Amino acid sequence: MLTTKRALTFGAGALASALALAACSSGNVSTDSGSAGGGGGGNVTLNLATVNNGQMKDMEKLKTEYEKANPGTTVNFQVMEEGDLRAAVTADVASGAGQYDIVTIGAYETPQWGANGWLVDLTPELQADSAYDVDDLLPPVRDVNTYDGKLFAVPFYGESSILMYNKEVLDKAGVTLSESPTWQQVADAAKKVNSADMSGICMRGKPGWGDLFAPLTTVVQTFGGNWYDDQWNATVDTPEWKQAVTFYKTMLDESGEKDPVSYSFNECLTALKEGKAAMWADASVAASMLEADDSPVKGKMGYAHMPVEKTQQSGWLWSWNLAIPSSTKQKDAALKFVKWATSKDYIKLVGQQIGWSNVPPGSRTSTYEIPEYKEAAAAYAPITLDVMSSVNPKQPGVNPQKWVGIQYVSIPEFQDVGNQCAQLVADYLADRTSVDDALAKCQELAQAAGDKHKG
Amino acid sequence: MSVTELDAVEAEAATEPRRVNKKELRAARGLLLPAVIFLVLLTQVPFVVTIVYSLLRWNLLYPNDRGFTGISNYVSALTSGDLWPSIVATVLITAFSVILSVALGMLFAILLDRPFRGRAVARTLMITPFLVMPAAASLIWKYSMFDTNIGILNWLSRTLGLPVVSWSTEHPMLSVVIVLTWQFTPFMMLILLAGLQGQDKGILEAAQVDGAGTWRTFTWITLPHLRMYVEIGVLLGSVIILQVFDPIAILTKGTGGTKTLAYLLYERAFIGLDVGQAAAYGVVTVILTIIVATVALRTLFKVFMAGGSR
Repeated sequence: MLTTKRALTFGAGALASALALAACSSGNVSTDSGSAGGGGGGNVTLNLATVNNGQMKDMEKLKTEYEKANPGTTVNFQVMEEGDLRAAVTADVASGAGQYDIVTIGAYETPQWGANGWLVDLTPELQADSAYDVDDLLPPVRDVNTYDGKLFAVPFYGESSILMYNKEVLDKAGVTLSESPTWQQVADAAKKVNSADMSGICMRGKPGWGDLFAPLTTVVQTFGGNWYDDQWNATVDTPEWKQAVTFYKTMLDESGEKDPVSYSFNECLTALKEGKAAMWADASVAASMLEADDSPVKGKMGYAHMPVEKTQQSGWLWSWNLAIPSSTKQKDAALKFVKWATSKDYIKLVGQQIGWSNVPPGSRTSTYEIPEYKEAAAAYAPITLDVMSSVNPKQPGVNPQKWVGIQYVSIPEFQDVGNQCAQLVADYLADRTSVDDALAKCQELAQAAGDKHKG
Repeated sequence: MSVTELDAVEAEAATEPRRVNKKELRAARGLLLPAVIFLVLLTQVPFVVTIVYSLLRWNLLYPNDRGFTGISNYVSALTSGDLWPSIVATVLITAFSVILSVALGMLFAILLDRPFRGRAVARTLMITPFLVMPAAASLIWKYSMFDTNIGILNWLSRTLGLPVVSWSTEHPMLSVVIVLTWQFTPFMMLILLAGLQGQDKGILEAAQVDGAGTWRTFTWITLPHLRMYVEIGVLLGSVIILQVFDPIAILTKGTGGTKTLAYLLYERAFIGLDVGQAAAYGVVTVILTIIVATVALRTLFKVFMAGGSR
C-alpha cells in the first residue's frame, strides 16, 4: 500500500518535470491585438511581424517617417528570428486569429498561403496605382510571389546566389574564371588554390533545409536532377542526384573547409573575410558584406554567376515579402503601409537616411538605376541584377516542374523533408553512410510528401 | 512532498501504540487539499491537453484538415524508425556525460579539498562553467574551441604538427559529450566537495595512526563515505542531461547519432509543424522519463531515508 502510493507520488512528480519539457506548445508571441476600430478614421494600429534581418530593422527605424506622414497611424513591429516567425505567423494566419495586419513571409510560403486563401490578393490595387509601378518589380521575384495569376505578396528585398572568389589568391595561382563558370571549372580552381591554411572553397554543409539544401538543390538542378518530376513522383534516387551529391562531397573533401557540418552562411562569410577560404558560392547578399568598409577583403573580390553544369543559370531565388493576411480588419491601412515600404521612394529614403549600401536589393529594376546606389554597390550591383533577372523560377532545372521556385519545393512538407534529407546527406559528407543509402532514405521521405499532392 | 510526510505520519501511527486521532488526520488532509488540487491542475492539465492533441490529426500546415485520428500518431511514432535511435542517443549521451563529469568532478574535488594558497579563487574558477548558459557554452565550444580555422584545439594540434580535427563532422557524439562534461563537472565537483568536507577528521587521523596510506584511506574510508554523494550527483545529473537540447541544436543538428529525444521532439513540433505527431512523441517521451525517474527517485529517497543502513 505504502509503496504503491509512493510510486504514484513519484510518478506524479516525474510527470510534472517531464511535462515541462513535453507540453511546450508553439512559442507564440502574444501582444495586445491592436485597435479594434478598423480603418474608419481615427487612430489605427497596425501589427507587423517580421524577421530580424538588417533590412527589416532599417524599416523599423524608418517607420517614424511613415507615422509622421500618416498621423493617427501607429505601426507595431514584432521582430523575430526566422524559425520563430515562421511558426508564429503560420499559427496565426492558419487559425485566422488576426493578430497580425502585415506579415513578412518568404517566397516559399507565398504561393502556398495564397492557394489556401490566407492572404489578400494585392493585384488590383497595385496595378491601379501608376505611381507604385508594379511592373518595375523584377520579373522572377514577381513570379515566385504570384499564384494563379494573382500577386499575394510584394517583395521587400530579394536575393540570388553567386560565386564569390578572392581575386588576389586566384591570380597568384594563375587561375582565371569566366563570368559563368561550370562547376567542374570551379572545383578544379578550388583544388589549385587549396592549401594548408586556406581552403579552396567554402560551401554550406550544416544540416537544414535552408542551410545545406539551399545551395545543394541548385547543384542538383543544374546537374539535371530535381526533387520531383511533373507527376509528383520523387526523383531523389536518380543518377543525376547521385552525381550532384557525390560531386559536392568530392569538392568539399578535396578543397573545402575541414568541418562542413558546422558551416553555413555566417561561418563561410567569416572564413572568407579571415582569408581562410578562397571561393564561396552563396547568397548574393553576402557580396555587400564582403565589400563593407570593415571587411579585410574589400575590393579584392571577384564575382561570377553561380556555377552551372547542364543549365544556363543555377542561381537560386529568394525574397522576403510583405503580405496582408485575409483575417486583418484593417486591410486598407495595411495596404497603404505595404505600398510605402516597397515603393521606389522608400528605397531612396533608406539610401538618404541610412546609407546607400543598406538599400534593400533585388526587388525593383529601378533600384539599379539610382546613381548613388550604382556607385556604392559598384562591385556587386551589376552582377546581382544580371543574375536576379536571368534565373527562371518556373523551370530552374532541365525538366519541367509542378511548382514555381528554385532552391525549394513549394509544398508544406518540404521543410520537414528537406531537413531530414539534409541530415542524411550530412551523414554522407561525414563518411557515416553511403550516398546510395542516404538518397534511398531521402527518396522515401520525399515520396511520402509527394503522394499527398498527386491527383 | 506533503504526501510523503503524511505517509510518515501514517507509518508512525502504525508503529506507535498511541493511536493518532483519525479526525486530526482528516483535518490535516483537508488543509492540504487546496494546495494539492492547485498542484495537480497546474502540472497535469497541460499533460492531459498533450494527450488530447496526440489523438488528433493536426498539422499546422493543413489548418483545415483537423480531426480525431485515434492512435495513428502513436503508430507512426513507433514505426517511423526515429524513436529507437534517439532513445539510444539520449542514453549514450547522458551516460557518458554523467560518468565523465563524476570522474573529473571527483578529481577536482579531491584537489580542492586540501588547503593551498588561492584555493578560493581556484574554486570560483572551477565552478564558472556551470554558471554559463547552455546555449552560450555550446557556442563557445563551437567557435573558440572546435572550429577548424579559429578554434583553440586545432591551433594546438597545428602547433604540435598533428592533423586538424573537424569535431562536429567527424566526432559529433564526442563533441556533445565534451561540452556537457565541461558544463556538469563543476556541478559534480560541488556535490563531492561538500561530501569530502563532511568527513570526520578523527577517522582520517585514526587511519593515519593505524598506518593506512593515502590510497588505502581513500578507497576504504573516503569512497564509501562519498557513495551517497556520488549517487545524488548521478541522479540529478541524469535527470538534467536527459533533456539536453542546446549542444545538439548548435553543434550537430542531430546528425551522427546525436538526435536525442528532446531534439527529435523539437523537430517534429517546429520543423514538421505536426502538432499531433509531436504530442504523441511527447507522451512516449514522458512515459519513458517516468520509468527512469521513478526508479531514480526511489533510489534518491533511499539515500534520504535514515542513512543508518550505509
